[in-house]
Order: sequence, then structure tokens, then C-alpha cells
Amino acid sequence: MTPAAFHPLARLLHWLMAALILAMLFIGVNMVGDLSPRHPLLVELHKATGLALLVLVILRITLRLALPHPALPGDLPRLQRLAAGASHLLLYGLMLAMPLLGWAMLSAGGYPRPLQLPAIAPHDLQLYAVLRQAHGWAGYLLFATVLLHLGAALVHALVRRDGVLRSMWPGPLHRSE
Amino acid sequence: MTTPLHGPAKALRLAAIGATLAALGAGFAYAAGWIGAPGLTPQRIIDTFEAQAGHYPGYRKNHAKGLCVSGYFQASGQAAALSSARVFSQAQVPVIGRFAIGGANPFAPDTAIPVRSLAIQLSSDDGQVWRTGMNNPPVLAVSTPEGFYQQVLAGAPDPATGKPDPAKLQAFFASHPESAAFRQWAASYKPSDSFASTTYNSINAFRLIDAQGNAHPVRWALEPQTPFAALPAQIDDKQFLQHDLQQRLARGPLRWTLRLTLAEPGDPVDDPARPWPAERRSIDAGTLVLEQVDAPEQGACRDLNFDPLILPHGIEPSADPILAARSAAYSVSFNRRSHEALSEGARP
Repeated sequence: MTPAAFHPLARLLHWLMAALILAMLFIGVNMVGDLSPRHPLLVELHKATGLALLVLVILRITLRLALPHPALPGDLPRLQRLAAGASHLLLYGLMLAMPLLGWAMLSAGGYPRPLQLPAIAPHDLQLYAVLRQAHGWAGYLLFATVLLHLGAALVHALVRRDGVLRSMWPGPLHRSE
Repeated sequence: MTTPLHGPAKALRLAAIGATLAALGAGFAYAAGWIGAPGLTPQRIIDTFEAQAGHYPGYRKNHAKGLCVSGYFQASGQAAALSSARVFSQAQVPVIGRFAIGGANPFAPDTAIPVRSLAIQLSSDDGQVWRTGMNNPPVLAVSTPEGFYQQVLAGAPDPATGKPDPAKLQAFFASHPESAAFRQWAASYKPSDSFASTTYNSINAFRLIDAQGNAHPVRWALEPQTPFAALPAQIDDKQFLQHDLQQRLARGPLRWTLRLTLAEPGDPVDDPARPWPAERRSIDAGTLVLEQVDAPEQGACRDLNFDPLILPHGIEPSADPILAARSAAYSVSFNRRSHEALSEGARP
């Protein structure tokens, strides 16, 4: 049976990760141009949060595959339906790719990794260059996709008024509808 | 379910949504330093090095000319009570290092540059890594990254002579009285005839953390066990120091004592321009033994970033603002040369 809303655990994960991912994007883009004493603190925070997000996204993907989730409104045009599917795939892909790229890039750059994690790529300067740039560009793409996702959620809630945002709402759900 | 909106109400809400997204985007651009007036950035420092010395793809953007070496560190055990870092108790810690001369020109004659450096990586058997980049001056001329940037600008080569303008340098030192200790060192400095007989200083302070969690502010230096001999006045070999190092290592290992100098309350632990009183307690933490040297810019050190904030458990950074700035700028240099290696195949 298709539920009207996401499972409470899925909603909790969604909003926790939303906050962490937005913070990570702002920290990441800020720290690379910063040379103040804040710089090393931001880098440490970025690595630790990235690792936490990797664990969370694996849990999240597992839940997404295991739990039933609400369907999109029946009257949604085909193109928007496709866009919703594609943008969610992209979001999941980027959420998984970002921490893995970060980990691989530290490995390829010959840098130590948090918690002494093993290297997942060989120490190679050219490979590092590819991964470092991929991490940066994937970050910009993730931010753009997050904006699109937020914009679409707000259109659903404020313009279409179709209950899509409500299905992911962090608070208790009203049963009146 | 409520009905969808139409007409002006819909337009208003769409505009509000657009404004929300634009505000988030603007915040992101501000955080990235794309809008507004960001202060000094690590990118600007590296840009300035390249603008002054020239663009040498694939090379480090400072201390560009160097040699990889390898060997080991033998702890004396005396520092183990001050820091829980394994390097201070392990019998023999593998070391990868790099000798270099200062400046962004990888083709400068070895003896034309007063600044010499030794960077090492110690990999202890608990999986921890310690990287430290040390220079021959014991202090810097400046206390802040902004001061350092002003110093770099003041040292820009004059297009007419190809050398820094003495008047600009004098004006810089006059407006930076914190440079007194550095100027005193520079005036009395007698260059040795070898990397092997040079002292290398951490300059920045760090904190040793002992097993009880107590912090001990510290600076360190590698003191040569090779006796001093003055650099000859006339040298034609542009690779003088490199050739000398190769010849010495062909004859046998070279040794330095790692000396830790401990601060006392009130000492300037976050100011790299100010020396500590000479009578401060120091301990011999062990001996660095270098055994092998690779061909210029080849070997294990080449693709490493000797970020001074890569520290093992038991050593922490001080609040010295230059330390954070070094970490940020080294990262930009590393990223650029890796990019150059990828896009242009540029390798030193």
C-alpha cells in the first residue's frame, strides 16, 4: 500500500541531512579561500561532517529502497514527473559521490584521512587533480540541485498546494485531508 | 486538498520562491568570496608568487627547487614525557624529506637564495603522520599573513634591475617593527657550505600534548651534526648545494638533532616574529638520519604537500595565524601543480 507520507525515520534523515549538506556546501566553498585561523577548523569540520554524511546517505538509500514511499500527485504533468525522478536520482548520486570523492581525493593526494581510514585510491598526483576538481564541481552541481529541489518543494506547497511538501514535513502530520 | 493558485496570487508566490532561491544563491556566492570584498586569500598569495617569479607549471609555487631524501628518525625517548606522539618513543621512524631553497623559481642558483628549507614526513607505526616544513631563519619578519603579503609585495623585483627595490624593502621594514629579530638574524647570518651543516627551524610554535592531556608550547629545530664551514665567496655551480648533498650522502648518512625548545608562561607562542629567550629549556628529542637522495624533483617527496598542520596525535597547532595561512596556501600550491600535471603533463 502506498502511504500518504514518508516514514518518520526517512523524514528525520531528510531534514538532518538537509541541514548538514547545506552547512557543508557553505563551509566547503568558504574554507578554500580562507587563510585565517578558521581555515584548519573548517577543514577538520568538513572532513568529520563528510564522513558522517557518508554513513547517513548509505542508511538513507537503504531506507528508500526498503520502505514504501508516497506517490507523486496523479495530475502532475509527465515532464515534471520525469524531472522529479531525475533530480532525485541526481541528489542521491551526488550525496553518495561527494564524501566518496573527498575520501578518494585525500587518498590520491597522499593526505592522512580522518580516523585513519584506509586509502581508496592510489597516491597519484594526476588522479588527485581529477578527483579534487570533480569534488569541487560536484559540490556546485549539488548546490544547484538542492536549490532546484527547494524551489520545486515550495512550488508544490505554495502554488500547486498538492501535499507533496507535507509528505516530507518534519512535524506531526494532520490527518484531516 | 486545496486548489492550485492562479493569477496574481500565483505570480506573487512564484516571485517569493524565486527571491528565496536567489537569496540562498547570493549567500553561497558571498561565502565563496565571489561577491563582496574578501580579505587576503591563499589564492592571491600564490598568484603574487607566480606574478613575481614567473609561471613554472608542475613546480611547487614556493621553495620550487629541491631534492627528495629519505632516512629515519631515532627517538631519544626524552620527549615522550611531553608528547604522546609515537614518533618520540618508537625506536626508528621512517622519514621522507625534501631539501629546497626559498623562492618560486626552480632554476635559481642554489647559493643565490639565502633561505634554505628542509621538510620531512615521519610515519610512525601507529599509522600517524607528521609533516613539518622548516627554514633556516629562526623567526619570520612578520606576525600575520597580511604582513607576509606586504613583505612579498615589497620584495617584488624591479623591472629595471631584476632585483628588489632597496627603498621599498627599507620602507617595509620601517613600517614593520616586529621584523627586528629577523633583521638582526639576517645581518649576522653566515651561510654554510652545505644543506648538511644548516639548522632548520619550525619558526611557528606548536603544542605538545602529554599522556595526561597537558599542553606544552614548543618550537623545534633540526641542528646539524655536520660541522659548520662557510660558503665560499665565489661559486659557479648553480646546483652547488644539490651536488654537495649528493656527494656527502654517497659517502654516508647525515645527521641532525631534533631539539625541542619549551616556552614558559608569557612567551610569545603565537607570534612567529618574536624569538623566545635563549635560556629556555630545550631537549634532544632524537636524531634524524638521512641516507638517500633522489634525482632533482623526483622521488617520494615530490607529490606530497608538506602542510605543517598534518600533525600526529600528541602534537597540536598553536594559535599562530601564519600557521593556518601556510596550511591554506600550501593547499592552493598543491592543487595548482596537480592541475598542471594533469592538464599540461607538467612535471618538475
